[in-house]
Amino acid sequence: MFSLSRKDLVALVVFAAVVLTMPIWLAPLGASYPGLMQKFAIYAIFAIGFNILFGLTGYLSFGHAAFIGVGSYTTVWSFKLLTMDIVPAMIFAVITTGVFALVIGYFSLRRTGIYFSILTLAFAQMCYSLAYSVLTPITNGETGLLLARDDPRYLDAMFGAQANIAGLPQPTFLGSSVTGYTGFYLCAAILIVAFYVSQKIFASPFGMALRGIKSNQTRMNYTGFNTKPYMLAAFVISGMFAGLAGALLSITDPLAGAERMKWTESGNVVLMTILGGVGTLFGPVIGAWLIKYFENIFSAINTNMLNNFFSFLPDGLQNVVVTVLSKFVGEGWHLTLGLMFVLIVVFLPGGLVEGFHRLMARLKRRKGTPDGVTSVQPAE
Amino acid sequence: MSETPPNIILHAADVHKNFGGLRALSDIDLQIEEGKTHAIIGPNGAGKSTLLNVIIGRIPPTSGAVVFDGTVLTGKAPYEINQLGISRVFQTPEIFPDLPVLQNVMAPAFARRDGAFRINMFRSVESEGEIREEAEDMLNDIGLHGRREDHAGSLSRGDKRRLELAMCLIQRPRLLLLDEPTAGMSRHDTNSTIDLLRKIKSSGMTKVIIEHDMHVVFSLADRISVLAQGRIIASGLPQEIKEDPRVQEAYLGGSVE
Repeated sequence: MFSLSRKDLVALVVFAAVVLTMPIWLAPLGASYPGLMQKFAIYAIFAIGFNILFGLTGYLSFGHAAFIGVGSYTTVWSFKLLTMDIVPAMIFAVITTGVFALVIGYFSLRRTGIYFSILTLAFAQMCYSLAYSVLTPITNGETGLLLARDDPRYLDAMFGAQANIAGLPQPTFLGSSVTGYTGFYLCAAILIVAFYVSQKIFASPFGMALRGIKSNQTRMNYTGFNTKPYMLAAFVISGMFAGLAGALLSITDPLAGAERMKWTESGNVVLMTILGGVGTLFGPVIGAWLIKYFENIFSAINTNMLNNFFSFLPDGLQNVVVTVLSKFVGEGWHLTLGLMFVLIVVFLPGGLVEGFHRLMARLKRRKGTPDGVTSVQPAE
Repeated sequence: MSETPPNIILHAADVHKNFGGLRALSDIDLQIEEGKTHAIIGPNGAGKSTLLNVIIGRIPPTSGAVVFDGTVLTGKAPYEINQLGISRVFQTPEIFPDLPVLQNVMAPAFARRDGAFRINMFRSVESEGEIREEAEDMLNDIGLHGRREDHAGSLSRGDKRRLELAMCLIQRPRLLLLDEPTAGMSRHDTNSTIDLLRKIKSSGMTKVIIEHDMHVVFSLADRISVLAQGRIIASGLPQEIKEDPRVQEAYLGGSVE
């Protein structure tokens, strides 16, 4: 029941190793601090979930940020009302987003193609606007939902935990705080579980049915599959992944604001998935890491850093190089990302994973070793 | 509809179909006997495909009903009709081009075993040995076993048609509807398809076949109905049809391809 094929097992082990050694291999890239690595893990979970819908069924949702928001708000409310322990918070977040996804999916899936995308976008924008207006008592509007010292926390109060602590209470996992590296390893562990779940779905008859829907929905119907509930299930599962990601965002930084539901966030996850490779296991993760890296590190590069880096060049040339490159870093990181996106979509429609496969195929051909696996290939 | 005799598995009763002012089908009364191969022939535009679409529930009839083994099919969704035991081969092959050939055949077998909807996330497709074996046997029968790992979209047109046939056969349907199963095939492929269809004929599966190719029709059919201008003008044994003057007239008067 929990077993994986050999290929998937290798992929899982490799994946787990890569994720857990992040602090080591991200160090030379300047990104090995827990706050950022947490984001890498969280957005990878979001993208993995999104890919279950978009990658397998081909239904492009433009409203998945709404589920991140719902997960965040639910988590903070669980902290405020029940307990600072993160386990109930995550469970509630996943259940609540599941219900939201069920309702939004039920209506949106009545249409296909661009109309489906627009419907999900409309629902997400509705959630976003409501959070700023009518639902202010729940979302605390523009300020965002914050913890307060005098929150009731009924469960904690019942067990007498955290009675007199100075300052704001911190989220805990079975009594221990989840800040810094603990927080990163928590997110990393959940990411590995999320990856495993997506492997199981990809390999299952359920996943095959979802691929069938993407490939030829007419044949699915005439083959005896009722495609509606299959798509709704995929939608709800992927919504729950997003809810879990939202919960983790609020766990590592206990506040929730409506800006997490902005449409640009929904767009980001689409970019992540396409950059990495739609419908592949590793693609969404790679895409998420790449975009988060650009957003946080590339955007921080300034002219001084470039000058230092190119100081070995002759003066005149250094000026030219720095002037040109400075348009692409710092504030201009969107430009670099945009160009990269265009290049990948045009030349590698299967994303970076396809690029990797092509590279491997070329190497294999050059080596001329038809037998024996030359490297670990990502599943799919 | 309850007086349908037991050996009639499909009964299209008094079916009319209008598209706007155009009468595509009128007064259709078609009875298909269980275990027989029933061919529907007729000139282009006679309404053959429309009739098949009405039977399968793709388009609703303007009036009348189609009854399959005591169940009224009219108004049912395509997947419900399939789950009753009716599979269909389309005029242009409907396969899963992005899935491997083997999975193309396995998916219908899952639909047969697990029903219209089941979230089966804990077992892998690989571990479903029984269905896999059955699918591989089926691919052996149609000569596509060597290409089981290839994407179905990369097959030739003839191979796609045979694959689609295999996808229907693996469901072991009680009624198989074939819309020109050999169109676009080479003579050789046509003959091997005829052989395959003959083989399943002996297994007692009922088949309704729409076909232009008279060689195919007379090789397979137990009964033939002739459709012209939306009406059944003759119905009977192959020999009777061959000699029927109305049929000859319809074919000569109509647009013979």
